[in-house]
Order: sequence, then C-alpha cells, then structure tokens
Amino acid sequence: MKKYILDLVVTQNIQLHANYVLIKLTHVNPLPEMLPGQFAEIRIDGSNTTFLRRPISINYVDKANNEVWFLVQLVGDGTRKLATVNQGDVINVVMPLGNGFTIPQSIATMKPLLVGGGVGTAPMLMLGAELVKRGCQPTFLLGARSSKDLLQLEHFEKLGDVYTTTEDGSMGERGYVTQHSILNTNQFNMIYTCGPKPMMVSVARYAKAHEINCEVSLENMMACGVGACLCCVENTNEGHLCVCKEGPVFNIKKLLWQI
Amino acid sequence: MADLSVNIGNLKLCNPVMTASGTFGYGKEFEDFVDLKSIGGIIVKGTTLHHREGNPYPRMAETPMGMLNAVGLQNKGVDYFVEHIYPQIKDINTNMIVNVSGSAIEDYVKTAEIINELDKIPAIELNISCPNVKQGGMAFGVSTCGCSEVVKAVRNVYKKTLIVKLSPNVTDITEIARAAEAAGADSVSLINTLLGMAIDAEKRRPLLSTITGGMSGAAVKPIALRMVWQVVKAVNIPVIGLGGIMNWKDAVEFLLAGASAIQIGTANFIDPAITVKVSEGINNYLERHGFSSVKEIIGALEV
Repeated sequence: MKKYILDLVVTQNIQLHANYVLIKLTHVNPLPEMLPGQFAEIRIDGSNTTFLRRPISINYVDKANNEVWFLVQLVGDGTRKLATVNQGDVINVVMPLGNGFTIPQSIATMKPLLVGGGVGTAPMLMLGAELVKRGCQPTFLLGARSSKDLLQLEHFEKLGDVYTTTEDGSMGERGYVTQHSILNTNQFNMIYTCGPKPMMVSVARYAKAHEINCEVSLENMMACGVGACLCCVENTNEGHLCVCKEGPVFNIKKLLWQI
Repeated sequence: MADLSVNIGNLKLCNPVMTASGTFGYGKEFEDFVDLKSIGGIIVKGTTLHHREGNPYPRMAETPMGMLNAVGLQNKGVDYFVEHIYPQIKDINTNMIVNVSGSAIEDYVKTAEIINELDKIPAIELNISCPNVKQGGMAFGVSTCGCSEVVKAVRNVYKKTLIVKLSPNVTDITEIARAAEAAGADSVSLINTLLGMAIDAEKRRPLLSTITGGMSGAAVKPIALRMVWQVVKAVNIPVIGLGGIMNWKDAVEFLLAGASAIQIGTANFIDPAITVKVSEGINNYLERHGFSSVKEIIGALEV
C-alpha cells in the first residue's frame, strides 16, 4: 500500500478521560485507503524532549466526513503535547503503516472475538466496523482498570455484543479479560487482540489451548516506522522482524512467546 | 538552478546529498516519499559476509534531540544481498553504495570481493566504526594500525570507489583518517554514531539490551562538524560529512567546513522526504548567495 506524508487538520480533540484524548483529523483531499490494525507516525512539534515521531494506531476511519481518528493515551511528554492540539491545527502524519489484521475472504462462518485492553481497544473499533461491513458479527471483550478507563463503549455497542472486565469491578466482571465467563462458551473461531503485553500473552495462551486462530498487535518502540532502521524488532520463527513493517499484527504461531 | 553535482573520487553525484547506512533501508522503503534518483547516493544497510540476527530488543532509546541504537548490523549476509536485494535495487538511477561491515579482516575482504563483481554498485563504504558489535567492527576504527590493516586488505581486492567510515569514539580522528588515506581509501565519511548510554531510573535498568549504543540525531551535529573540519585539513581525499544533519542549513554548514558531500541519517525517520528538501535548500542557498556551483562553497568557511 502506498504510504503518504500528509498535513492533516484537526477537526476535533475530545478529552475522553484525564489520560486519553480522541483526535479527529481531516485532509483537503480524500484520505488514503487504510486497513484495520495499521498505524500512523505522528510528528510532534514544540516538545523539547520529543525527537522522534510517535506511532499511533488508527482508531477509526469516518469516510462520510473524510476523517481519521486517533485514540491517544497520555504516556510521556510527546503524547501530552499532542493532546493539546486544537481544532484547525495542522499535524504532520506518515501513514498508513504496517500490515493490519487479516480478514479471511469468506467470513460467513467466522465468529470473531476482539479483545482490547486499555488504549489497545483503539484498533478494535475500526476492525469491528470492517467486520460488520463484510457481513460478520463481531463480539468485543474490553478490559480496563476501572469503568472510567473503558473508552468509546457507545461506538462498540453499535457494532456487536460488548463484554467488559474491570480490575476494580466497577463495570462488567471483576478481573482480567482472560477471566471473563464469555470465554467459557467456546463459540469463537478467531481472536484479534491488542493491549498490554501480559494481557496479549494470556489471550494468546487461551487461543492456543483452544486451538483458535489468533492475531496480536504489538507496539514495540520504533523509530522510522517503515522497516529501515530495524529498531522495533520482535523475535519470531523467521528471526527478527520489524513490528513497523512485517507487523504490527502477528499470528501467535509466528511469535516465540512462552504460551 | 545551480550546479549541484560533486565528485567523490571517480564517483559522480548529481547532488551532494546522500543517505546514511542503516537509516534508509535499501532505498525502496522510501520510494513512496521521494524520487530516489534525485538523491546523490544511497548507502544501503550494513552488509556482512554471514547472516546476522543483530542484538536483542530493545535496540532503541530516544534521547534529548537524538536517539541511541543498538541494532548490531542485522542483515541477511552478502550472498542473500546479491541474490535477492541487488536485483531489486540495481536499476535505481543513482549511486547505490553498499556499506560493508565485518568483525574479521577476511570477512571484510570476502564481502568486498563479492560486491566488486556487481556492475551497478559503483562504491562501497567500509564500516570500521560500528559501536554495536562486540568483536571487531569499531576495533578496526579506533587504532591507526587496525584501520590501516583492514583498508589495505580491502583495497587489494576492491577496484572501485572505496569510502571508509570513521568512528568518532577516538582520541584523534585525524590520525585514523590519515591512516585510511595512506592505506588507499578514496574518501572518508564521518562520523558514525557516538557511544552513549541511557538508563531508566525508575526500573534501575538500562534502556538498551546491550547497555550502551550508538548516539545519533541533532544533538551530535556540533561534534560531527568539528571532526569534519579537522579531517578536511588533515587529508587530501574528499570527506563526506554526516552526523545530526536535520535540514539544508546543517548540510551547508558541513559543506562550508569542507565536506564534499553529506549524508542524512536519523533525520529520515523524522521526515522521510528530508533528502529532497535538503538538496532544494542547498540550491536556494547557492542562488541567494550568487554561487553557480555547489563546489564553490566546499571548504569556503571564512576564518
């Protein structure tokens, strides 16, 4: 897929929570094609400590409004600076990058479970929307520390059944996503997941034990975003592969995780 | 439009802007962003005799106005390069230069011999300065004897333009540059990364798997510029300047200090189209100051 360097204009910056903002961006021309699971490298100006671009996964593409959405967790100086943008500001973005999730050609018999944790729920929205468009019924299992950390539920609920877990029990079942009772129903034949690594490892372990095809989206620290610098590698059964180019989505069969 | 062409030995560059090894892949990674033939030369990823997996993750840490890397020369080896990569890049209409790395003299020599046979590769850059490989690599670049030995050995087998990439992690870089020149180098490029380190205080752990790594980016520019200035005065072969060049102005500074060409490295990560912007910027600078050729500003620093 062709990659672009684009100056996008902020249409909205919505504070979802003390630690998360949803930034919606548009362009004078139609936005390029993007796949669920792909990401953008966003340039952040005006932060003394932010030298490199920040890789942020594509949250959703609103074709009707020619908008791309990014869900940003405020982690360090770079993302905190990014969170201060206002409507009309211009942000320089390199996208779309990476491979994206695999969606089989015939998905009539597919029963996918989309598991997201924390800011890892971000790509699940676009993936869920794409699966619905292709005539499939996704189920979402979303986990967070507390009810206030469960983001964009109103959007997920429009796409399919949503199950939640919180560590403090303030919403859904108490505990981690892999402890949710929905997993006992054994109704799924595909799992997509994105979130903190320990969560993804648990999900991968569940998928392997139940012989369910499973893809995970990794977020190793990266510099170039295009497979040139070889900084963000993940060790796989094919050796070190770039998360930015050969990923960020990997089938768990390819990874050398202890599962 | 000013004349931007420069020469590095027998190598003719359409402009003085090259890309630094390890920051531009094999060129193809950037073809969506820039017209590759508008770059003076592309130095592809460090290539070794045998396949190397490189160092474990994490290999990168961001630092103030720069970054550290500890990739460790990950590449599939020269045979794979010849068979699978060369066919894909040989028709890119610019100087495609291979960075040759190794940890033993025989390895450098064999790799250079193999690349000497490739018609569309007009030059190699001999990397005697990688700080991220335990055996050798930088070891050859930190002593005049080591440098001399490896450059002589490669010179014997390599018939085209031989560029030697120097390490800044030395007491006196001019001595090493002179040793490279005496051993038959056609040009020297400098600087490779500076050995650095970063620590996560909260976790009380290093940020890189290798503890130390190579520093690059805007923060290293004053050091690189100083070293280029010193080396230009010490040798009679063309010098290629690199280290922290982020824009056309930085590039012009290196040319004024005496570099015959420049390389852009880490800046490719921040703006994948920076190379063409830098050559446009150099052209505008020349026109604004009434120079008809970039050669007029090489070493034109007034002191």
